[in-house]
Amino acid sequence: MAENGREELVITDAESEPLAGERSLNIVVVEQGCSLLRRMEICVAEAEKRSGKNAVNMQEMFTVYLIETRPMDAAAEGCNPAPDSLWRRYSEFELLRSYLIVTYPYIVIPPLPEKRAEFVWHKLTADNMDPDFVERRRVGLENFLMRVASHQVLSNDKILYHFLTDEHGWKEVVFETGFQAKADSRLRALSATFRVRNTNKRFMDMKQYSDELQSHTSQLLRARARVADRLYGVFKVHGNYGRVFSEWSAIEREMGDGLQSAGHHMDAYAASIDDILEEEEHYADQLKEYLFYAEALRAVCRKHELTQFELEVSSQDLISKKQQREELATGVVRTFSFKGMTNKLFGQEAPEQREARLKLIEELIAEGEDTVKEKTAECEEHVEKAWVDMQRFAEQKDKDLREALIHYAVMQISMCKKGIQVWSNAKECFLKM
Amino acid sequence: MSGQTVPADFSGHMLDLDEDEDLEVFSKNTSLADGSSMPNSPSSMVNQYRLEEDEEEQQDTNTKDLFITVDNPESQVTAIETFIMYRVLTKTTRSEFDSSEYEVHRRYQDFLWLRSRLEENHPTLIVHPLPEKFVMKGMVERFNEDFIETRRKALHRFLNKISEHPILSFSQHFNVFLTAQELTSHKKQGPGFLSRMGETVRSVANSVRGLKSRPEEFTFMQEYVEDFSSKICSVDKVTQRIIKEQREYLDELKQYGPVYAQWAGSEGDLGEPLKAVAGCVERCSKETEENNQHLSEVLAPALHEYILCAETLKLQEEVDGLSDRMEMANDALKGDWSHWKKSMRSDLRSAFISTAEKNVDYYEKCLAVWESFLLSQRVEPIEQRDGEDVS
Repeated sequence: MAENGREELVITDAESEPLAGERSLNIVVVEQGCSLLRRMEICVAEAEKRSGKNAVNMQEMFTVYLIETRPMDAAAEGCNPAPDSLWRRYSEFELLRSYLIVTYPYIVIPPLPEKRAEFVWHKLTADNMDPDFVERRRVGLENFLMRVASHQVLSNDKILYHFLTDEHGWKEVVFETGFQAKADSRLRALSATFRVRNTNKRFMDMKQYSDELQSHTSQLLRARARVADRLYGVFKVHGNYGRVFSEWSAIEREMGDGLQSAGHHMDAYAASIDDILEEEEHYADQLKEYLFYAEALRAVCRKHELTQFELEVSSQDLISKKQQREELATGVVRTFSFKGMTNKLFGQEAPEQREARLKLIEELIAEGEDTVKEKTAECEEHVEKAWVDMQRFAEQKDKDLREALIHYAVMQISMCKKGIQVWSNAKECFLKM
Repeated sequence: MSGQTVPADFSGHMLDLDEDEDLEVFSKNTSLADGSSMPNSPSSMVNQYRLEEDEEEQQDTNTKDLFITVDNPESQVTAIETFIMYRVLTKTTRSEFDSSEYEVHRRYQDFLWLRSRLEENHPTLIVHPLPEKFVMKGMVERFNEDFIETRRKALHRFLNKISEHPILSFSQHFNVFLTAQELTSHKKQGPGFLSRMGETVRSVANSVRGLKSRPEEFTFMQEYVEDFSSKICSVDKVTQRIIKEQREYLDELKQYGPVYAQWAGSEGDLGEPLKAVAGCVERCSKETEENNQHLSEVLAPALHEYILCAETLKLQEEVDGLSDRMEMANDALKGDWSHWKKSMRSDLRSAFISTAEKNVDYYEKCLAVWESFLLSQRVEPIEQRDGEDVS
């Protein structure tokens, strides 16, 4: 999970506890540059159900999340002013993210928590209104904001600031940027992938890696869900011992007490799996974040393909224009053109026309050269900046996932300790039989 | 056999009603009060049972004097059939045995013979059941290794139960079973007379059932047997279900670990902890397998045995419906009954204890696996980590 610059997490839902993973990452890392997080405390405090009219004027239920912010220096000085707050729904987070993707195509943009519950196992329902799902999503949204606000580049974005502070005016501001027009069409991106020729090897390796990361995390999530399902079955079936021992104890004289109390322990054992698996969901969420991160990483690689492709296209265009100029100047036709054909059919054109065309070509070539310069710069800038961020991402990923694995081990240990206790207790009861 | 030696009283528990040696046996009983072959008064029977209970306790506290093992199953092939022979080893200090050590070979059929003999001759006693001829559920071959091993263990238990029984262990048939190199000659003295009588008795019993009012204890026992039978079946069902669920869990675990290992293949620094986790999952799944096996090998057979016992006890009631021998039959059954109950309690108790111990052991082993992972990642021990959490 992202670094949390504050000590306590304001969670208004009394039942939920901070994640073990979050606690362990309470280290404040001093970032270079001015990270928003150093200036401001941010949290997603609550979730609420609202109803309203949607785009097709139909009544719908949706969830809104309360974002609270507080200037850091105020807290540091000891005075504790009330935080500023505003409500946002999930679609607004999506809008923010889309903006960031378009505006910073060389950054691996942190992902949002999943829109719909996936990789559900037996017990969890795939219901977006389910309180557990909403709670986990609240945590995920907070994590998203933390990651963005602590990023060297992203944290300085004005739109982000508006998102956090301007409840109603924000949307207008973000649309004013016209980012939607700047978005690369899917078709363009796909076509670039197939037709680009000289891509940077490091990027291609990274793209390959992003595919592997996606495949491995999704496999792991599925396998874990299946294991969780089976483990649930094992624990719950033991609960039947509770009932059966109780019935049996009714007909036994000496064995009755021992059997009865052993049965109670079996009931406790069966009940314990619910909390165990609920906690494991947090581990699954950590994996899911990187499943979605893989997509963001791939997006950066694709952007490289696109910029490289556009550079190649414009270079090729320039070359062909230069060829055309050469043909006009020398009269040697190397390439097919309608002008050439009409010349053959209807005779050569007049010298004035030729002059005009030459002039036009020269202008186009000048433009073309500017374009190539531009595209080259764009491509190089992207490569440079993206490489930096991909390195940063790699380090962050290694650290976070290692923490997640450790967290997993801690959970397994806790489960084993519970198991030892229950069965030791059961043994004591059996001894009394 | 003359009419005189026909034991009209089937509750002659003190005596081994061996057809061959009826006369001899009867004549040995001059020690009894009125010199007749059978004690007639119920009270004397009760007295005898009290004695037996003492003997029983003596047997518990003194060292056993009869040790039997069943092992070494070997396939035997003849022209007509293939079957398994088990080796039966006996060590004893009892005077009824000519030697102190015996080694014989017996097949399942021989065990069936022994049990039917014992049942015939002691219809009021509880004779421990044998494992079934074949298992109905699943396609278990007779020569499947697990099946043979399960059967061997059950046969071993059967003989040990008989050897622990204060009356049955002195049965001549039992002696012959343990000692004779060739059982066939003994078997040839057919079931014949007594078992035919047995069948007649059963039909008599069936006809008088319901006409006679049964004493309270007997009804109580009946009800208990019914209840016990259903409860023990339930426990067995739950156990079988657990075994099945654990097996399915194990199957998923076996596929879970490798996913971590595969992922490690495309990672740099992260590869090491991923591989380590894969290793942990693998070791835990081995422990899970062992734990489940233990359940199948210890608790399940014990429960199963007592299911069979309960079935045997239900049948017992038919015989006990004898008209004028009922009181005596009652007392005979009562004594053996307490022996049986004690046995049941002890057997099931130790099976459950063993299961609980194995589960504790399983969790302890898994705990160690994950703690060693934390250690390998150079993470502070759990206690310190818990300390950090308090804020």
